[in-house]
Amino acid sequence: MATVSTASAGIRAVGLTKSYGSVHAVRDIDLDFPPGETVALLGPNGAGKTTTIDMILGLRRPDAGAVTVFGVSPATAVNSGLVGGMLQTGSLPDFLRVRELLSLVASYYPHPLPVEDVLALTGLGDLAERRTTKLSGGQAQRVRFATALVGDTDLLVLDEPTAGVDVEGRHELWQVIRGLASEGKTVVFATHYLEEADVFADRIVLIAHGRIVADGPATEIKAKVGSRSVRATLPVVDLSSLRALPGVINVERHGEVVILSCSDADAALPALFATFPEVRDVEAAGGSLEDAFLELTAADDPPPEEVG
Amino acid sequence: MSGATHVRYELVRSLRNPLLYGLSIGLPLVVYYAVTSGNRHAFVYAAGVSFPLYFMTGMAAYGAMFASIGPGGRLARDRARGWTRQLRITPLRARTDYLAKVLAAYLVALPALLLVFLAGATLGVRLDAAQWFEMTGLLVVGLVPFILMGLILGHLIKTDALVQVMGWLVVFFALFGGAFGSLFNKGAMLTVVKALPSYWLVHAGAAALLHGDWPAEGWIVLAFWTAALIPLAVFAYRHDTGEA
Repeated sequence: MATVSTASAGIRAVGLTKSYGSVHAVRDIDLDFPPGETVALLGPNGAGKTTTIDMILGLRRPDAGAVTVFGVSPATAVNSGLVGGMLQTGSLPDFLRVRELLSLVASYYPHPLPVEDVLALTGLGDLAERRTTKLSGGQAQRVRFATALVGDTDLLVLDEPTAGVDVEGRHELWQVIRGLASEGKTVVFATHYLEEADVFADRIVLIAHGRIVADGPATEIKAKVGSRSVRATLPVVDLSSLRALPGVINVERHGEVVILSCSDADAALPALFATFPEVRDVEAAGGSLEDAFLELTAADDPPPEEVG
Repeated sequence: MSGATHVRYELVRSLRNPLLYGLSIGLPLVVYYAVTSGNRHAFVYAAGVSFPLYFMTGMAAYGAMFASIGPGGRLARDRARGWTRQLRITPLRARTDYLAKVLAAYLVALPALLLVFLAGATLGVRLDAAQWFEMTGLLVVGLVPFILMGLILGHLIKTDALVQVMGWLVVFFALFGGAFGSLFNKGAMLTVVKALPSYWLVHAGAAALLHGDWPAEGWIVLAFWTAALIPLAVFAYRHDTGEA
């Protein structure tokens, strides 16, 4: 029965936890990504994205919890040739040409793509005979991307695939990823750019301080973190009347402090002052992703040490 | 998946590395000609073993030790570049990777051996076909501990230090094994150097000539080194990949 229930599984994780010494990198993360979905793991540097990805790929063992990929262990999925990955760091082996490297990696997989197709797809045709040690940073990043694709795997895991790639290259790379996703592949990528997550993912999992702070369709998450938040001291007030203010999406109360998540802080602030003249200590937090994370996590968490 | 492609590119990468060429082929050949040309008619410790034969095996062993330890250097470079981590998320098995590295080590070591043998022949070394074959076979078996040493160092030592460590290690084993001439012909020190795998590599030529200079002791020494190094290699692999 277990095999039946997991036959349609993509990536599932329960209670994933990983610490490095006293640093809690990932704390009790649950994941359930159906096959064919494109998921962005979005979070600031040090949020725990890479550690999560390393556990999905079987590169790190969780201290607690477990993860399965297509219903089997990460090691089994990797050994069966179901997983293509691009790690966050790393360079290419020396004394090989680009085409040779791709042929080599292709030879590890049961049903690889033709190397010529991958060279064309990733715009590496002109660099095929170039030694891997003679590439620029952006070119090497493309080759690393190509090595992740060449296995033609059902799952692609990409840890910040566009790091170090110029704007044009970025665009091309996402076109390729989008094409692969439309073929029904499961794609999981990590990014700290909200725009990338919003445009290219069906679903965004927001990670901060090693925890999932939000998980949902891209549009929903964007509204949440793309907004500004306003903190204020406002002791006696009905939350629903705050929620009714223009430009306010959500309201939380922590003691005397209220936090307004605003889609339009410019409209919300004057309305706040007009409606509640007793309001004090008003602060508007900036729109950066980092700030949004801090807002989302400030409530339940003392800020811990962080690690990538 | 095809292990053959992996073996092929391991070999390609070996052959494109000029350092390996120089140390395993160039250096032994130059030293062999330079030293032996003036001593063509000399004889060494055992009856009938000419200096050109003795030194030929010594230099063949010396070059082959560099060739054998070489894949460990490649492993260390791949590790430093994060490529071994990338390989761990492909279906390539560690077993296949090791096998390919061993084969590549031999494919570089064999020409290194044969070129020194050829040089020996030009300086008057004469053996029959069976003796050449036996000598090559003994050298091939005797290289196993050095291939293992290379892989262990490749897992544990950083590339900057590795060239130094490997260089000194090979020179140490070559020197005390007698590759540049036997240092000890009797006494306690002879017993000590006989416990080195390189002693037996260096004496493969004499063994082939005399049919019996490679006694059970030689096999025991090689088996001991191999048996001791395999668990170390497993430890090094696990230590490196975080599976310890």
